[in-house]
Amino acid sequence: MNAVIKLEDIHKVYHTGDVDVHAVRGVTTDIAPGEFVAIMGASGSGKSTLMNIIGCLDRPSKGNYLLDGTDASKLGRDALADIRNQKIGFIFQGFNLLSRTSALENVELPMLYGHRYLPGREQRARAVKALDLVGLADRAGHHPNQLSGGQQQRVAIARALVNEPSLLLADEPTGNLDSQTSIEIMGVFQKLNEQGITIVMVTHELDIARYTKRNLIMRDGKIVSDVPVTRRLNAESELANLRNAQQAVQLTV
Amino acid sequence: MMRILATVKIALRALRRNKLRTLLTMLGMIIGVGAVIAMVSIGNGAKAQIEAQIASMGQNVVLVFSGSFSRGGARSGWGGAGTLTIDDSEAIQREIPGVVAISPESRTRAQIAAGNQNWNTSIQGEATEYFDIRQWPIVQGAAFTPQDVRNANKVAVIGKTVADQLFPGEDPIGQIIRIKNVPFIIVGMLSSKGLSVQGQDQDDLIIIPFTSAMKRVQRVTTLGSIIVQAAKPSLLSPVQDQITELLRQRHHITPGKDDDFTVRNQQEIAEMATAQSKTMTALLLGVAVISLVVGGIGIMNIMLVSVTERTREIGIRMAIGARGRDILLQFLVEAITLGVLGGIIGIGVGILASKTVAAQKGWPALIPPEWILYAFLFSAAVGIFFGFYPARKASRLDPIDALRYE
Repeated sequence: MNAVIKLEDIHKVYHTGDVDVHAVRGVTTDIAPGEFVAIMGASGSGKSTLMNIIGCLDRPSKGNYLLDGTDASKLGRDALADIRNQKIGFIFQGFNLLSRTSALENVELPMLYGHRYLPGREQRARAVKALDLVGLADRAGHHPNQLSGGQQQRVAIARALVNEPSLLLADEPTGNLDSQTSIEIMGVFQKLNEQGITIVMVTHELDIARYTKRNLIMRDGKIVSDVPVTRRLNAESELANLRNAQQAVQLTV
Repeated sequence: MMRILATVKIALRALRRNKLRTLLTMLGMIIGVGAVIAMVSIGNGAKAQIEAQIASMGQNVVLVFSGSFSRGGARSGWGGAGTLTIDDSEAIQREIPGVVAISPESRTRAQIAAGNQNWNTSIQGEATEYFDIRQWPIVQGAAFTPQDVRNANKVAVIGKTVADQLFPGEDPIGQIIRIKNVPFIIVGMLSSKGLSVQGQDQDDLIIIPFTSAMKRVQRVTTLGSIIVQAAKPSLLSPVQDQITELLRQRHHITPGKDDDFTVRNQQEIAEMATAQSKTMTALLLGVAVISLVVGGIGIMNIMLVSVTERTREIGIRMAIGARGRDILLQFLVEAITLGVLGGIIGIGVGILASKTVAAQKGWPALIPPEWILYAFLFSAAVGIFFGFYPARKASRLDPIDALRYE
């Protein structure tokens, strides 16, 4: 099976003043369709830099990056923008929604920059469908400041999904959320993954990584460990456990 | 296309969000464009009025004044020296091609009386052609005839003001007026011309044959001035030059000596009259253009602030697939909208201002449509010119840096 992501000896060097920072030093790995990967590592391990390269926000200094068979490491700014628009859905730690813009309009945004002509009515319909998928159809008219963190992240996921990308990238998606909401978000990811979407996620929380299928651990710009998740957590049952525990607490009080 | 429309929509929404800021940014354009429109239309109104008054002098007129500015010692003023003669006038008519009509003039002011009324007015001795040259119709009675001129008859044509002063509610035709105690019979009354460029009452005069004026009223043998009409506007300058040459010859003025007469053509007089208003208009236009540039810089300033403020938004848009040119277009449209909207409001303000001034001054408010177009295009150009740099800056941001921007 062809890999969605094929990284061949990826290096990234930043030139900041006189010092060269070697953030990624030779990463080679394949990610197949339908995988659910967590990239882990301490801060400064190069995981975010690698994520930016995978997300086509940045180009490697050296090495080849094949995304869906196309070499993304040599493309220009506009071509990269098109790839981000068509093939990748990006989810950020800080949600990065446009403020003072309704959830629905935020979700419609990627279609605006797409190349296929979509009539306004169809754009709306697709945005509503994407919001429905993350369980937020009833909040379509709300602005980000009227939504909770978990809801904002769901809007961001809907936005990432609206152009039907083959790859979903998430950079610390649960970093700003409490543990229960984090599990809810992981539940959304697990559901999407079951539908066949490839997900790559950066996190430094071990328990969050256990909801994925494969863990890559980075240190000093290299992958030091690449293991499948053996005792995988299921978000739905974890949430049920959590609720039971809370009820128990309430009963004893 | 779809993409452009959507981008325009985004830009407009961003402007609507900061209404006060948008308005303040546009203020420079509003004032600048408003000033340009107001200045141009006020200037045009003034010019139109002056031109109408100049035209009332007659068509293609060259004026020859006796006496000269540049006589040493005491100066007598135009017409005072009495250097022109009837022979000069006849020579001009005879020898200069392109002269279609000529009227020798002898002017003075005098106290006049009729019945028990009296009035001080201007007495103009003219030829019959004068009424044609100045295109001044006679509304009652008739003009005096060439024969009246030859015989120095005591006949007069009076202006509306004189008629009103001396014969209120009466028919002036056939009445006798006494000019310096010489009785003249009124044969005609002129139509009203109203005020001149300088604000003088042009109807306050009596016109008599120039021969009568010289012989019976002023008792002089020389003319004060001569009005010459050329066949067409292009002949004004050649006729003027030929008159100068002819008169120098006739007056035996050797080369290097000053003329003892002055020749002016209508264009010069018109130019003199409009020069002042032109200078003023040019000055104010300069101020208006400066304020447009200042307005443009205001737009650039706000756009730069806006780009910095919205760095994160730009990062988000880029992360989800906006190309550099989408971002460029978005900010450029904002800048152009600021310019154009300011321009449109400015055009409205300018029209309002010029109408107000025109109403006060009694001018026609002449707003040339092409200037409205210029103002509109110029404000769009200001938007593009001053909006391009900030927009380009936005479009060249690195998506990662932009996303990290706090």
